[in-house]
Order: sequence, then C-alpha cells, then structure tokens
Amino acid sequence: MVDDAAIRTLALSKRYGETEALAGLSMTVPRGLVFGFLGPNGSGKTTTVKLLLGLASPSGGEAWLLGMPAGHRQTRQRVGYLPELFRYQAWLTAREVLALHCRLAELPRPSWPGEIDASLATVGLADRGSSRVGTFSKGMQQRLGLAVALVGDPELVILDEPTSALDPVGRHDTRTIIRELRDRGCAVFLNSHLLGEVEQVCDQVAVISQGRLIASGPIDQLLGAATVRLRLTGVDAGVIAAIDRHGARTQQDGWISVRGIDPDAVPQLVADVVAAGGRVHAVEPVRQSLEDRFLSLLRGEPT
Amino acid sequence: MATLTIARLTVLEATRRRLVLALVLLTLVVIGLTGWGFQHISHLTDAAGQPVPADERRFGVSQVLILVEFMFSGVLALSAAVAAAPAVSAEVESGLSLAILARPIGRAQVLIGKWLGLALLILLYTVAASALELVVVAAVSGYSPPSPVPAVAYLVAEAVVIMSLTLLLSTRLSGMTAGVIALVLFFVAWIGGIAGTIGEVFGNAGIRNAGTISQLVLPTDALWRGSVFNLEPALYQAVVGGTTARGGDPFFVASPPSTAFLVWCAAWLVGIMALAALSFRRREI
Repeated sequence: MVDDAAIRTLALSKRYGETEALAGLSMTVPRGLVFGFLGPNGSGKTTTVKLLLGLASPSGGEAWLLGMPAGHRQTRQRVGYLPELFRYQAWLTAREVLALHCRLAELPRPSWPGEIDASLATVGLADRGSSRVGTFSKGMQQRLGLAVALVGDPELVILDEPTSALDPVGRHDTRTIIRELRDRGCAVFLNSHLLGEVEQVCDQVAVISQGRLIASGPIDQLLGAATVRLRLTGVDAGVIAAIDRHGARTQQDGWISVRGIDPDAVPQLVADVVAAGGRVHAVEPVRQSLEDRFLSLLRGEPT
Repeated sequence: MATLTIARLTVLEATRRRLVLALVLLTLVVIGLTGWGFQHISHLTDAAGQPVPADERRFGVSQVLILVEFMFSGVLALSAAVAAAPAVSAEVESGLSLAILARPIGRAQVLIGKWLGLALLILLYTVAASALELVVVAAVSGYSPPSPVPAVAYLVAEAVVIMSLTLLLSTRLSGMTAGVIALVLFFVAWIGGIAGTIGEVFGNAGIRNAGTISQLVLPTDALWRGSVFNLEPALYQAVVGGTTARGGDPFFVASPPSTAFLVWCAAWLVGIMALAALSFRRREI
C-alpha cells in the first residue's frame, strides 16, 4: 500500500510470550503534523515505535512509514529517531557522533559540516561539539539525541519521551524545535506522558491503553465540548429554563456549569439569564485539560 | 560502506577506550622480560663452567620460545574473547544500538563491521607483538624459528576463530556469559587436542576421534598446533617426528594441519558468521 500518510498501521500487534504488548493498533499519522502518542507506562507506546522502525517484528498486522513497509531500509534514511533509552558512544565527541549518523544516513560528505553545525546549534550544543559524550549530563545527552534525530532533514521524526531528562528551559527549547519541524513540513510522532507538553504542541493525538487504541483525533475534538460556568444569584425556575436552552447544566460549589455551549453564544446566555431575573457575578470559560481527559479515557468515561 | 563505518568505529572504540594502549604497554613489558630471559639462556654454562654447545642452546631457546608463544596465544585468545563478548550484547542492553539500527543499515552489516574491526585489531596486534618478540629473541640469542610468517598467521587465525565464536554468542547472551562460555570452550578444545594425540599414541580410536571432533567443532587448538609446527627447528622435527616420544605433548607437533582442515576452518568461520547474522537479525531490540 502506498499512501500519503507519514505513518499508517493496520491491526498491528505484538506479543512477548504470554504478554500482549500491542493488540491490533490501527491508526494514521498525517504528514506535516505533530502527532502525540499517549498512554500510561507499559501501554505499548515504545513497542509501537520499535515496530515502526523495524527494531522488533510484529506478531500480526502491518505498518507503513512514508508509504513504505515499516523497517524498509532506504525509508529509514528519511526518518529521524530519538529513543527513550538514549545512549550514544561515550568515547566519541558530539561532532563525531553526528558525523557517524551523517555517514550511516548516507548523506553526501560535503554536507556533513553544515548538517552537524546546524543540528548542534538547534539543540543548543554549538559550544560543546568537541566535548566527549561521556562528559555530558543526561540532559545534554538527550539534546544530542535530538540533534542526531534532526540529521539529514528527515520527513518524519519519531521522538520517544524527548524531554524526560530536560529542565524547563530544555523542554521549552524542544517544543520550539518541534514546532519548527512542523513548519518546514516534517511530521513529528511524539511519544510522551507529559500531557501538558503534548497539549501545547500537538495537532492530533492518539491514546492507547493496554496495547489498544482508546481514542484518537484532533486535540480540540478529543478534549470535548466547550463549557462555561457562572456564579449567579436570584436563580429561579425561569433562570434555569433559560440556561437549559443553551446546554447541559450541572451545579457544584455554587457554580452552574453549562456544557456543550457554542463559545459565541455565551453573551446570549448571559443576556437570557439577566432577562429571566438572574444576577450574574462571574462568567468563566472552562476547558477540560488533556490530563483530565486522558484520565477519564483511561477510566472508560465517555466524552 | 556502512560495514566499513562500523569496522572503523570498532577500531576507534578499542583505541579510545585504551584497550590498545594497555595491550601495547603490557606486551612491551613481557617482551622486555622474555628478552632478558632469552639472553640468560644463550649464555648458560654447564657444570664445568663451559658454555653449553650452540645446538643445545638453540634447542633450549626454541623450546622456551614455543612456551612464550603458547602464553601469548592464550592471552591473545582471552583478549579476543573479552573484546568480542560485549560487542553486540552491551550495545543492545544499553540502548546504544537503537539509534544505529534505526539508520539504513542491515544487522548483518553491523555484525560484519564489528568482525572486520576486531579481526584487524587482532591482525595488527599479533603481527606487531610477534615480530618484536622474534626480533628481540634473534638479537639476544641469535636464534630465529624456521617459518615465523605461517607461525604468526596460525596465531591470528586461532584468535579470529575464538573471536568469531564469541561474537555469535554475543548476539544472544550477555557479554559476561558469552565471554565465559567462549573461554571454557577454548580450554576444552585445548584439552581435547591433547587427548586426541594421546589417543593416537596409544592407538585408542575412541579418544583419538573425540580429539578430532573437538578440533573440528572449535579449531583453535589445531590452529595453535599449526603455529607450533612452524616454530620447531627442522632438525628437531626430523629426529623426534618419527617417534612417539612426545605423544600428547601440546608443545610438539609432528605435522602441519592438512589443507582439508584449513578449508574446514574457512568454512567454519563463514558458517559461524552466517549463524551470527541470522541470530542477530531475529533478535528483538
């Protein structure tokens, strides 16, 4: 099958003995977007990445990267990868590690210095290129791993927990790099359980649990309908009826929440409440965080 | 291209991790000490204080040289096994291989690259260390073995054989386990070779066949014997070769390995590496 998707899987599964690490995963990652792949520990995220890169063989199903079967050797030339367990030759300098990957990625030799300088500068290691990797902190090694993934202007970059060892500045830098990759048309497949980060940077997400896909789609769609909450006095049956015309009403801690309301209809809601005799003290938009949504998905709750 | 990249990386790793430096320094110390010893042997006197006859002196030097080469072959095999044991397994366990294998490179290329790098290190080290030892021995005692080039070639082959076996084991087992198994097999093959010659001397077909089988399963001892044969003075071979006086002696060999055996060794190497490539290809990373 040849298609335009960056990644496509069809009933992809993997068993390790009695353990089912991945159970029939079918998903599509479009090109040019940042795709968040979420799931709790042991849900099959890293297994999926290894199957996509041909580092492990599937027990069933199929997968394609950039239109070619997963593991296809020449396709890997166009894919950058930062493993969760990032480790690079401690006895090489950062520049030598990048030169090794330029060589392995079969890039033309004259382009190496430019590639190496650019990727070191992008990840903030421009002044440490001549240092041995063995002298790097964990965070610096992860930055180097990101630089390795950027070598050769890839069409798809697979990042497995790319900020696990980074400080807040490093995380911010990584988000910027991810956005820049998207801006130049590169698809980014981001494995992470740092949900705040995913929410900030991803266009689409998929959530897996126990090897099964439990939700996927554009992030706004996944977070569900918009909600607004109001603090009111003078609430009577007329006011309640006015609110109910705009959405599903719930009441908690003195706040009335209206779920499923079109954000453009909020002024009308306020006008209707006032017209019915209610007094409005506060109006706040409420957006469900990805973390809340993620937890409710894992608990099997509907949108 | 990718194979040569990995070979180069393997040599660079041995250099940067100071394996080469450690071997060079220790070898220089050993060659210095043995040179000192050989000088003393060549100035031995008998009970009457007269110098020992030249032929006897030469014979003494030749036998001690074989003993020194035996020690060297042991160290070489040990080093080859220790260097090859973590070559694949440690990189898989640490995650180092993840970023490499995600590149457009086949696993067989990685394996052959490592084999080439290690074989090159073995070749360079063995040739340099043996040449220096033989030059020192010749300088202090005036003795040179009859065929030093094939003697060194057999040593290289012996180390390459044990390195290849260890590399195969490293595709599935931890470095520690692969190294221990390879060394145990190396010494079992050595004992097997001695048993085989004892069986031959005493006409015991069972023991002789066991020895032959052990030499075919792991040809290290038979290759060592090829080295010994080329280190023995021709006269000594002519005198002792037709007798059974030194049957079972690992430091005397009456005839060189046959061509058929050398062909078998080449086929053995190809087979082991094919098995290693298959094993590594099927390994989950």
